Parts: sequence; structure tokens; C-alpha cells
Amino acid sequence: MKIIANTLENIAGIEWYPIIGLFIFLIFFIVLIIRVMYLGQDEVQELSQLPLDRNDNFVKEPNNQLN
Amino acid sequence: MELQKFTYDNKITRLFMNATILWGIVGMLVGLTIALELVFPLMSGGISWLSFGRLRPLHTNAVIFAFVGNGLFTGIYYSAPRLLKTPMFSELLGKIHFWGWQLIIVAAALTLPFGFTVGKEYAELEWPIDIAIALIWVVFGINLIMTTVKRRTKHIYVAIWFYIATFVTVAVLHIVNSINIPVSLLKSYPIYAGVQDALVQWWYGHNAVAFFLTTPYLGMMYYFIPKAANRPVYSYKLSIIHFWALIFLYIWAGPHHLLYTALPDWAQALGVVFSVMLIAPSWGGMINGLLTLRGAWDKVRESPVLKMFVVAVTAYGMSTFEGPLLSLKSVNAISHFTDWTIAHVHIGALGWNGMMTFGMLYWLFPRIYKTQLFSTKLANIHFWLATTGMLFFAIPLYFAGFAQSLMWKEFTADGYLKYPNFIETVTQVIPMYGIRILGGTLYITGVIIMIFNLIKTANAGTFVATEDDEAPALESHASVIDKGHRTLEGKPLLFTLLALAAILIGGIIEFVPMFMVKSNIPTISSVKPYTPLELEGRDIYIREGCYNCHSQMIRPFRSEVERYGDYTKAGETVYDHPFQFGSKRTGPDLAREGVKTGPLYKPNSWHYNHFFSPQKLVAESIMPPFPWLIANELDYSKISKKISVMQTLGVPYPEGYANQAKDELLKQANEIAQGLRNEGIDVTDTKEVIALIAYIQRLGTDIHRTDGSSAFTNK
Ligand code: HEC
Repeated sequence: MKIIANTLENIAGIEWYPIIGLFIFLIFFIVLIIRVMYLGQDEVQELSQLPLDRNDNFVKEPNNQLN
Repeated sequence: MELQKFTYDNKITRLFMNATILWGIVGMLVGLTIALELVFPLMSGGISWLSFGRLRPLHTNAVIFAFVGNGLFTGIYYSAPRLLKTPMFSELLGKIHFWGWQLIIVAAALTLPFGFTVGKEYAELEWPIDIAIALIWVVFGINLIMTTVKRRTKHIYVAIWFYIATFVTVAVLHIVNSINIPVSLLKSYPIYAGVQDALVQWWYGHNAVAFFLTTPYLGMMYYFIPKAANRPVYSYKLSIIHFWALIFLYIWAGPHHLLYTALPDWAQALGVVFSVMLIAPSWGGMINGLLTLRGAWDKVRESPVLKMFVVAVTAYGMSTFEGPLLSLKSVNAISHFTDWTIAHVHIGALGWNGMMTFGMLYWLFPRIYKTQLFSTKLANIHFWLATTGMLFFAIPLYFAGFAQSLMWKEFTADGYLKYPNFIETVTQVIPMYGIRILGGTLYITGVIIMIFNLIKTANAGTFVATEDDEAPALESHASVIDKGHRTLEGKPLLFTLLALAAILIGGIIEFVPMFMVKSNIPTISSVKPYTPLELEGRDIYIREGCYNCHSQMIRPFRSEVERYGDYTKAGETVYDHPFQFGSKRTGPDLAREGVKTGPLYKPNSWHYNHFFSPQKLVAESIMPPFPWLIANELDYSKISKKISVMQTLGVPYPEGYANQAKDELLKQANEIAQGLRNEGIDVTDTKEVIALIAYIQRLGTDIHRTDGSSAFTNK
């Protein structure tokens, strides 16, 4: 453990790394939310249909009768 | 556009499915056994490998890694190829993954009950098994990521991201938390000690809940609920935000398992803040799952599959609301170390993981066997048994946890503890333990009915080993220009790296100051390393799983200081590889058990008799007897090796001490045994119990030593 701690201590300005990391993520997150907000409706539609485009509901169960 | 033909392999899904069912029932039966042992402590009959401390880790490991583990692999091996329109990357890797994982489970079952354990909760397995886990996990990861790379769909559905995040994070957690230095083939010490070890362990433990029990099952939720309801997920946009917020916030919340402990305040505060924020993505996910069923509630009423999913997602919502609640310091002061925690995790395990798994199995079996479910009625009965079983399990334990905690804290008008005798608070909650057994039995009965139902279903149908499908190759999408998040999801490797970065940031922010800033763990000069005999005793303590019932962490509350002695300081734990704070007080805290002037102190002869038969000394005790500790010869052949490993880890034994360790050990053992013989106990020097007594009497004494001397002789 000492080895790790010593190495870390010798990196200049390491105390800023976590804060920079946090910052990067915050920005990533804000960008993500904006992107998601502007995602087109057709694309969203296409994505959310991915599990459903294959019909393997050949089983007759009460819950599958909508097919 | 040319269509390519390919097939999905159901054989691997079936293997994992059967393993899920097999290990599920095994893990639950072990759980039932230990629940019974808390009411009938003599049940283990003096058989070491049946005792509570040995079986409890087997139960937790079996349920988490064997039942839920195989469950999530079932879900992934079924859904990933279908979502990506390609077979799994490699059938061979799939087989290695399957059989490797089952071998690991068998290895766990053959080591944990026999006392081979690291002594860190949910990370008990010894180092050779840890290495095997890492290797098999990487096999799984390669198979998953390469399948994603080879996909025929342009976009990657959200379930797949949850799967990839699961792979990446569990790999990191497992490796970081399992760095141990071996003493022998089945014995090792973690490189971290005390508070630091605790921080790493709960960073792991908490995120194992997040990334082993939650993210893969959320992925399955996003696949199987739309499948079973035959409608798309309520909000795809919400699922994107759900994903990133969840994986980013979760990784920080680990320290909430260590509130009021010797962990520095800033780390505790970090854990609390992020835990509270976690409500948002968790509930976003729950709402997304439930609203997928909007307008389909008539179907829910008729379909056991959907009913199980609804209860599962509701249980997810309950536990993710309760989790942040439990991480508020004021609530945690009451809930921690009590049965409240047990209730909380079982809402998650029985409700969320259990019900999701059962729902998935009821949905999968008829499809893989091309038939109908043998009996919807039996499945409905299972649903009710599981739901009521879960409630009969959890509600009494909430009550027990709350009631016992209040008893621990209650003072009389004159300022004395109202229940100074710990056992008084235990007997009060035993009836609740009885009801819990009823709940567990109901739940397991449901599982047995399910097994019957599924076997009947399989027998009625014919197994579909492979299913055909066709899709255009991925290249045909290449002309479409992508932007934003979809560019990201189009590049699985980049995506994997980003997910990795997200979880590493949280980890690093927690660890860097903890390992670097010396003031976080003020050194206490009177704290000395364990003597060789105490070290052996400590290893017995770990082997017997005493930490499953006893904490070693006195929190700074008047009620605890009064009951147990001065609260625990971070600096007292610096030689504890591994830490033994514990998480549950079925018995009293032992952090100051050895302090002669302390409220708990007992002479050696008391401990000797107590280990032989706790009930002889405390009639209503639910601690199991440990007669084998009295009978077994202490194996001290590895003591020099142990001392030198400790030296490697930075424990300041004088140079060359490893060579004189054996003599020191025998000398101290002789002193203790002689003392016992003087009191008329017929005992030889080198019994295991002697070492354990040496350790117990050392506990908490360091800061009470006034003359500056030490039990540890420094020649
Ligand atoms: C099933 C849970 C359980 C396990 C496992 C267990 N204990 Fe206990 N222990 C208790 C309970 C309950 C008490 C309180 C009643 C009593 O004194 O027997 C207790 C009491 C004690 C006491 C007396 C504390 C005091 O001063 O009153 C000691 C010491 C102790 N246990 C040590 C151990 C050790 C060492 C192990 C492992 C070898 C162990 N226990 C395993 C439940 C457990």
C-alpha cells in the first residue's frame, strides 16, 4: 500500500484530479441530457421497438393475445 | 438489401436457466437452515461446517453469485443476441463461461463451510477462486462485447448498455477488493487494513449490489417487460438518463455502510449525499418499468409473468427508496447492525431479483420448449406464495430491528441502560425470527411448485435448440450519419471505456484522499501488532465467521459507549488485515471485549466454557457451541509465514521476528493454558481455543495500556 501512496503523493497537483474528474462528468451529464432532449421521435421509436420486432410470441398465453 | 441468415443458440440459455433453478433452491435452503439456527442454536449439533458463522457466507454467496448470477447470464445469453441480431460471439466461450462459473460455485460450496474464507462479506472466497472468477468474468465480457461488435443492428438497445456496465464494473470491483497476499493455497490476507479495508470492502459490497444485483436485472427489465407485455418501453429517453445517472451515482454511495464508524466524516458525508441523489434514477427506472404496462393492466391481472414483474419492479422501488433513507445518519443510527438491514436486502433479493427471475423463467420455458406453460394456476399460486412469503419475511424483521435498536438505546430515569444485558434484547426478537422462518418457508414452497410446473412444461414440449432469424448486415446502415448519443452507442468499445471512466472517477475520489491524507487515520502510538498467538486466534475468528454475528465497531453514542466501552478509533485498526467491523449485531459488539476495566470483560475461564457451550453460561443465548475449538489442536505451522506476509503488508514486526514467532506463540499459549488449568480446567497449551481466547482478550486493549508496554514483546 505504501508504494501506491508514495507514487500518488509524488504526482504534482493530484488533489485536483478528483475535482477535475467530477467536473468532466458533470459536463458529460449536462451534454447528455441536452442530447437526449433533442433526440428525434422517429429514432426513439426505432430504438424502443428493438426488442419487439421479432415475433416469438407463438405461445398462447393470456398475456400474449394482443398479437 | 441482402438479408443474412443466422441462428440463436438456446442450449446455452437452457444451461444457465437450469443452473439458476438448481442453485436458487440450494441457496434458499441454506438460508432457511441458518434462519432456523437463530431460533434453535443447538441445531448445528457441534458440527463445525453446519454452524451459523460458516453457513451464512455460503447462503449469501449462493444466492448472489449462483442464483442471481446464473439468472443474469440466462437473461443476457437469451436477450443480447436477439437484440443485436447475431448469435453470441462464441459458443465455445459461452461453454467455458458456463462450466467455469459452475465450478467456481462448487469450489465455494467446498471451501466456505470448511472455514476457508477471507472474512470480508460477499468477498469471502479465497484467492485461487478469486482468480478463477476474474478469468471467467473476462471470458463472459469478451463474449458479450464481441457480440455487440458483431451486431447487425445499427443501434444498441439500452438493455445491452446495462449488461456492458455490469461486466466492466464488476471486473473492477472484484479485482480491487480481492488483492490479497497468499500465505498458503487457501489462506491469504488483504493488502488493505482497518478503516481503509472497510472503505474498499463497502465500495465493493455496495456496488456489487448495484452492478451484480441491479444493473443486469434492469437490462432484463427493459427487455422482458416489453416482451411479455408486447409493447415498447414507456420512455426510451428516460432509460438513457436512467442508465448514466445510475452508474455514475451508485459508485459513490458505498461509505453509507460505514456511518458513525471510524471512517472520516467527509467520506461518510459523500456517501450520504450520493445515496440520497440515487433515489432519482432508481425511481425513474421503476416508473419507466411500471408505466410500460400502462393500459395493459387487464393483461397483468391474467398473466403470472407480468404480475411477477410488477411485484419485482415495485420491490425495486421500495428498496431503492429505503436505501437512501437508511443512509441518512439519523435513521442509520437506529437501523445499522440490526435485522432492519436483513429485511431491506430481502425486499431486494426475494422481491426484485427473485420475482424478476421467476417471471423470466415462466416466460422463457414455454418459448424454449415451444409449448404452453403447464399450469397458469400453479404459477399464480407461486406468485401469491412468493409475495406473502416476502412480506412474512420482511415485516417481522423490520419490527425486530426497530425494537431491538430502541432497547439497545433505552436509558432508565437514573441514567443507566435499561437493558444492560444484551441477551434480554435478543430474546425479545426471537418470535420475529420464528415468523421469518414461516415467510421463508412459504417462499421456498412457491419455488418448489415452480420447479414442478417448469419440468412439466419442458416434458410437454420439444426443446428448440436453435432459432432462425435474418437481418441485413450492419454495413448497410453505414451511410446513415449519426450524431449525439447514438454515435456513442454505435461504438461499443468507446461506450465501454466511458462507462469505465464514469465508475472509476467515483472510486478514485473516494480512495485517493483516504490512502494519501495521513490525518485521515491518526496514528496511536500504543497500538501494536498482534502477537503470533493472537494472530492465530484472529484467523480462527475469521474462519468461524464470528463477524457474521458480532461487530467490532463501537459507534460514538452514549448508549454504545456505556454498553461496550470507549468508541472505536480509526488508528486502532491499522493492523487489521482484514478489518472485522461486521455489519450485524446478533451478539454484542466485541471491539472492547478484552478491556479489563470495560463493561463486558470476562475472565479466560468464562470464555473457555462459553465457547464450549454458550447456553451453559447464558441460558437463552443463540450463539452456537464451538466444541471443536476445544478439541482441535492449533495448527501453528504457518505462523512464520503469516508474520512475514504481515511484514510485507507493512505491519511493523521487528526484523527476524518471523523466526521467533513460534516460540513466542508457545510461551503465550502456555501462560493462558496454565491459568485455565489453575482454575481446574483440563486443557493443553496448543488447543485452538487458547489462541481464540488470546485474541478476544486483546480486543480493544491497546488504547487502555498506560505503561506504554505491549502484550507484543519487542526483543
Ligand atoms: C449466531 C450468532 C453468533 C455467532 C456465529 C457467534 N456468536 Fe458470540 N454471541 C452471540 C450472542 C447472541 C451472544 C450473547 C449471548 C451470550 O453471551 O452467549 C454472544 C456472546 C459472545 C461473547 C460474550 C460477549 C459478552 O461479553 O457478553 C463472546 C466473547 C462471543 N460471543 C464470541 C464469539 C466468537 C469468538 C465467535 C466465533 C467463534 C462467536 N461469538 C460466534 C451470537 C453469536
